[in-house]
Amino acid sequence: MSVFEFKTEIHLVKLLGLKAKNVKELYETLKSAPLSSVYYHTHRFLKQHHFLSPEPPNDFAYWIKNTLNVKNLAEIMASVDTVKFSSLEELRYELCHLMAEWLNQEFPVNDCSKGEEFHFMSCQTFVLPTGYRARNLEEFIEKIKIVDINSIYFHIFEAKLRLKKEQNDFQTWLEEIGEKKLAEKLSNLDPYNMTLENLRKKILEITAGS
Amino acid sequence: MINIKNYESIVGAQAINELYYLGEKLKGKKVKNINSTAVGGGVAEILTKMVPLLNQIGVETQWDVIKGDQKFFTITKKMHNALHGKPEVFSEEDFEYFSQIARENAENIDLSSDVIFVHDPQPIMLVEKRHNNKWLWRCHVDITESSENVYTFLKNYILRYDTCVFSSPAFSQKDIEIPQVMICPSIDPLSDKNKELPVEEVNKVFEEFGIDRKRPVITQISRFDHLKDPVGVIKAYKLVKKYNDCQLVLAGGGATDDPEGIKVYEEVISAAEGDQDIHILLLPQNDILINALQRGSDIIIQKSLKEGFGLTVSEALWKEKPVIASAVGGIPLQITHKYGGLLTYSIEGTAYYLKQLLNAPDYAAMLGRNGKEHIKNNFLITRHLKEYLLLFLSVYNAQDIVYF
Repeated sequence: MSVFEFKTEIHLVKLLGLKAKNVKELYETLKSAPLSSVYYHTHRFLKQHHFLSPEPPNDFAYWIKNTLNVKNLAEIMASVDTVKFSSLEELRYELCHLMAEWLNQEFPVNDCSKGEEFHFMSCQTFVLPTGYRARNLEEFIEKIKIVDINSIYFHIFEAKLRLKKEQNDFQTWLEEIGEKKLAEKLSNLDPYNMTLENLRKKILEITAGS
Repeated sequence: MINIKNYESIVGAQAINELYYLGEKLKGKKVKNINSTAVGGGVAEILTKMVPLLNQIGVETQWDVIKGDQKFFTITKKMHNALHGKPEVFSEEDFEYFSQIARENAENIDLSSDVIFVHDPQPIMLVEKRHNNKWLWRCHVDITESSENVYTFLKNYILRYDTCVFSSPAFSQKDIEIPQVMICPSIDPLSDKNKELPVEEVNKVFEEFGIDRKRPVITQISRFDHLKDPVGVIKAYKLVKKYNDCQLVLAGGGATDDPEGIKVYEEVISAAEGDQDIHILLLPQNDILINALQRGSDIIIQKSLKEGFGLTVSEALWKEKPVIASAVGGIPLQITHKYGGLLTYSIEGTAYYLKQLLNAPDYAAMLGRNGKEHIKNNFLITRHLKEYLLLFLSVYNAQDIVYF
């Protein structure tokens, strides 16, 4: 029987020394920024503000709206359906594509005020064991109830986009233990549109409701 | 004596266990912090807490202070000012004397620890003596406007370190070709300035100053300094007062021996125009008093024109207060606009948000709750400690994702 080991993760934030003062510079810099930076800026709010609902959007959309006050582009950037992308390259392509389209429409490209530039960052991730394990669905449900929220974050978000797995860790394990229907139900979840605590509840509803 | 276990009731057992786990991964490594002063100033304050905490979780940590005479510290003070963008003149002799003292210190300090963690520019040149160990440089000051000659001089040494650490993304530099890490400052929830206080103690402080707790109280805590814009706060209050009954408290210290401070204090008194609902409090250093004033207030303002990091915002949010603060320095890292506080750019904007919060107490309470949660997750001393541990581990583990 496959055993699921709950892991958790913590981040050390890296500064890249790269910044942008308008949409054009944001676009140009994002094109060649490290993928760890794309990941950081599309997931930071999820971790730092995991208690908020509705949660703030990705950093790019937040900055475009709140600093540059370009509301149409901000809305489009915020509505990017992150869950549908299986790689950070694809996600970056989409974000750049949206900015390129906006730039092509020749809206005025205004600079932000000095000191309000977008600073590119990334993160180094440290993966730690939590000591929790599940040998069957019953144990899995029990552990989901008590495991640290960062563990759920790691297995849902980090696994798929950062570690380039095709699906999140919970889905993979549920399939391994023969719970294909539950795995499929989990795959239909959009984890980007809820707080991490609500995500925990949804996972429990899906798995415990079987 | 500070004890890591005391934080468990605030951040949870898991967070404390993680610290022990990371400490275990550094077992056998010796860390030495080096700075220029044992007491006074933010760096010494942080190290006074961090060094015992690191030792408690099993990381053998020491702290040494470099020695220097008045001439040396006059030069380093000029350097500090120049890094902040103030025009300063440096002679060849200044740089030579700085180097001479650094080399004398290098002879007298044991630099054999596995990790040498150097704080700020004063001891930066010790890195000349590095051998096969790891060296980290922590820059606590904003160097974005720094004078070129000082920056170029320091950069020669920064590049010899393994990693440098800044407090804010804005401080990072493109031409520093070593890894740059962001570690924000933090507040200590168990310190006198932030610990829980009995409501009677809060009431007593308000009574003492004649502030009516039955009517809304808006407070800005900061020294009397133009950069904190206390007159701007009074102007914002006056715009609000026409529509909402409220009181304003401007409390801070540091004016008695500072001619600039006295001048600003007098300007503030004059701007208040005798309004009995404006309480201008020139306070001695008393953390409990500040704590009580923050806890008893309904809204906290930090309308600074310039800030280093602005940790008073974290202090207020930790007390679950709705905060209106300028989007300067490290404040936008502490406040996500409209989610966990309000960011403002003008006197009028401050007044607008004050009215919003006074008229919508539920919204104000929500901002306070979210703000506190954000501070709990991101700006407490335990997070700071965790990131120091990760920093030490990162110099031995360069990969993007590290599995333990």
